[in-house]
Amino acid sequence: MELTNIERLLQKYLDAETTIAEENTLKNYFLSDNVAPHLIEYQPLFEYFSISKQEVHTKPLQLNTKKTNWKWLSVAASIVLLVSLYTGYEKNQQRKAEKIYNETQVAFNMLSTNLNKGNEAIAQLQYFETAKNKVFK
Amino acid sequence: MNQSEFLKTVMPFKDKVFRLAKRLLVSTEEAEDATQELYFKLWNKKENLKEYKSVEAFAMTMTKNYCFDRLKSKQASNLTLVHSNYKEKDTSLDKKTDLNDSVSIVHQLIENLPEQQKIIIQLRDIEQYEFDEIAKMLDLKPTAIRVSLSRARKTIREQLIKQHNYGIN
Repeated sequence: MELTNIERLLQKYLDAETTIAEENTLKNYFLSDNVAPHLIEYQPLFEYFSISKQEVHTKPLQLNTKKTNWKWLSVAASIVLLVSLYTGYEKNQQRKAEKIYNETQVAFNMLSTNLNKGNEAIAQLQYFETAKNKVFK
Repeated sequence: MNQSEFLKTVMPFKDKVFRLAKRLLVSTEEAEDATQELYFKLWNKKENLKEYKSVEAFAMTMTKNYCFDRLKSKQASNLTLVHSNYKEKDTSLDKKTDLNDSVSIVHQLIENLPEQQKIIIQLRDIEQYEFDEIAKMLDLKPTAIRVSLSRARKTIREQLIKQHNYGIN
């Protein structure tokens, strides 16, 4: 490759006017061993470009994801938490209701026994009534 | 689109996605995560992929946007992306650049370019996309890309000449 052509291409390259093919010509020239001394500072540039293109992604890619599993896991965990909170709350309410029910039951029992005492007293009054009726005919 | 069709469509440009991500995010690990994330996204969109004229261009655009988002959130959390933040794995590139200082200088010079120019250098000089393709990926006019690319190449060249002269003196 003649030098003038390379120099011309370099100028075009700096102006971003080169085609891919022309850039490959430059690349091949600078990767060869006979670069003109006054152009030697360009060499690392083209070397760098060709080395960089060789770097590849080696880590295996996952499509069906661990990451989303984590997301779903957190969603599931929060649902479990909410459900358990809710059932716990319900249980607690029920226990409270039972306690209140038992207490009222006791109160009603007391009330009814006392009422029955009253009834007995009234029944005794009935004797007086019949006795009185016998006396005052 | 079933899995094998999907893989046939998206696997050929896997390394390009990875290299673009690495160009922007610097570290290999971050770039691997970004690639993984991007392929999740593509997989989730697999039903719509046929609508795109070029899935590859679409993927490169997504990669760019994803990396920009990552960079933004990094900045927001006050974590600057510098080399020292990451322990690099021994990649073939690192080994080779060790051999040649001036080649790793080029890496550094590209690193110092504005993001837009970095991407364009990556897409053109390394991946060798046509200007039309790059224009589609970046949603810019081809002329704007040429201007940006020319600026980037000239900056690198000036710095290289400076380095070169410095080395001689």
